[in-house]
Amino acid sequence: MTQTQKKKSTDTTQKKSPEAATIPNAEQTNGSEGSAASKAQAKSASPPPTARSTASAPNDHRLVGGGRTDNGRLMVHKTYKMWVGGKFIRSEQGRVLGLHNAEGDLVTHYVRASRKDLRDAVSAARSAQTPWATRSAFNRGQILFRAAEMIDARRESLIARLQEHAHLSASEATQEVDAAADRMFWYAGWTDKYVQVLSSVNPVASSFFNFTLPEPTGVVAIFAPTNAPLLGLVSLIAPVILSGNTCVVLVENNAPTVAIELSEILATSDFPGGVVNILTGLRDELLPHAAGHMDINAIASCGGNEAQDRAIQLAACESVKRVHFFEQPQTLDAWCSERQQSLYSILPFVEWKTAWHPIGV
Amino acid sequence: MQTYRLPKIPTVDQVQVESRAAAFTTRSIKKGAKKAALELAIRMMDLTTLEGMDTEGKVQMMCKKAMQPMIGRPCPSVAAVCVYPTLVGVAKRSLVGSDVKVAAVATAFPSGQSFLPIRLEEIRQTVAEGADEIDMVISRGAFLAGEYARIYDEVAASKEACGPAHLKVILETGELGTYDQVRKASQIAMDAGADFIKTSTGKVSEAATLPVTLVMFEAVRDFFFQTGKRIGIKPAGGIRKAKQAWQYLVMVKETLGDDWLTPDLFRLGASSLLNDVLMQLQRLETGNYQSSLYFSED
Repeated sequence: MTQTQKKKSTDTTQKKSPEAATIPNAEQTNGSEGSAASKAQAKSASPPPTARSTASAPNDHRLVGGGRTDNGRLMVHKTYKMWVGGKFIRSEQGRVLGLHNAEGDLVTHYVRASRKDLRDAVSAARSAQTPWATRSAFNRGQILFRAAEMIDARRESLIARLQEHAHLSASEATQEVDAAADRMFWYAGWTDKYVQVLSSVNPVASSFFNFTLPEPTGVVAIFAPTNAPLLGLVSLIAPVILSGNTCVVLVENNAPTVAIELSEILATSDFPGGVVNILTGLRDELLPHAAGHMDINAIASCGGNEAQDRAIQLAACESVKRVHFFEQPQTLDAWCSERQQSLYSILPFVEWKTAWHPIGV
Repeated sequence: MQTYRLPKIPTVDQVQVESRAAAFTTRSIKKGAKKAALELAIRMMDLTTLEGMDTEGKVQMMCKKAMQPMIGRPCPSVAAVCVYPTLVGVAKRSLVGSDVKVAAVATAFPSGQSFLPIRLEEIRQTVAEGADEIDMVISRGAFLAGEYARIYDEVAASKEACGPAHLKVILETGELGTYDQVRKASQIAMDAGADFIKTSTGKVSEAATLPVTLVMFEAVRDFFFQTGKRIGIKPAGGIRKAKQAWQYLVMVKETLGDDWLTPDLFRLGASSLLNDVLMQLQRLETGNYQSSLYFSED
């Protein structure tokens, strides 16, 4: 293939691949996934996608569900995009990963974020941060309540997605969705309370009224848990944003499509664009860029391996980021436990401000 | 004195100009080329502050930044600072010993709606204060009414009033309406003796764009073929990102050639662009994405 031809075909792939994922045409789907992936590998120095993503993908031409529904309608396949700055976008690189079921059949494609997508998400989060933090705590609470309300409203579809994509049983899926709604609801209540509870008036030996209060730290990068695709995400996002932080979330797990469903829920919960940004992709690829990014103030990570956690700590030194590793519960019951929701999950992402106010002069 | 008549000039193909300009945004500028482009963009920059709230202190700080945009690494100084006439003296004193020039907007900036003798006197006083370059505005009202000879005479009189200072003529393309009008205005300004033609004041929402600047480039190129004179160009207003800056540089190279890739013939008027360029340079050096929190405003 000549250079020009090659370029042309990649271009078409870039434009088409997300649609191609939705078209139940065996050849087209196969072709697009193949060349998109090869381009991705050529472009990136990171290790190839994890075993789950492509290595176990011999049946990419067999799109699960086929072309027609049971009653003969043409199937409307969903395109899973990322949520950045309040918009649902594809990667600027046009790369996708395949989500496969236990038999290795392709279920759907989802986006593989590039470092430029990460950068764009961070700048969206940065410009959303001050307006979000200056909203009244009560208003932020209302919005989080609304998110809990919307999780409840889309209960059926979330349960179905967890069953299809995360291979949970009906009862497990129901348990996870209900716990996610409850957790969002629980954290929503903290927006106008955590300051009272965490603040202090400090006794000082001079004529000052001295008090300390928490303020949001800024833009937080969240490496989402590798299990509990819905509940894990809610458990990390809610405590970060309730205080007025904005976040960029990178999701790499067995069902990143659930995160995109959650972003659709958040998008209809009156969150201003950029407060929560959800990227799907590979943690190893984006980790050094996020940890070294000077405009990210803190990192929350859950479910990373030792090497990944170490890489975060090393690269975060340059900008003296706050780094907090959450221990990842291994079972759904553990995730649902009340021990997983805590006032102390808000703490790692606040800065303390102490004011010395003169008195008696 | 003979009245000026606009020479026959070609009409502008809107679709062609826009698609040609869009093509300049697709060049891949990476690594070494990017670094060179960013440093060239700094050397071509007119660091600007044109606010009612400008103070001597602000201009002094800006001049320090103009001479040494970044501390801790070698970095070229910008081409000029651009200020209001009353602040020229301050800028001139702050820039002693450097190559950075002082440009000033004169002639009832930004509207130009004042009496000609007053505008000319403003130019004379500004030059007397020490301005190296004068950015004048044309009377858009008169231009849109078709009084081309009046525009010509005003620019010619301004050029005379400038004396040794360079004259940049601001067309305010956002108010001219069509590419054809931009091309006409460019032609009149060049005929009347402008050293530079400049897109915008930065006070109108539609400021410099690639297509409108391309039209001006083509006017300059044709003028050079006809007369042998090299006229400079300064897009200004709305150029905030380093990426936009190198797109303009690509357009200069591919339309006018290397001759124009010098601060003597091409300038970028901007206020917030410098910080973005510095952030990009720092990113190239350290490999980390940068935060505006670590770069001084003003």
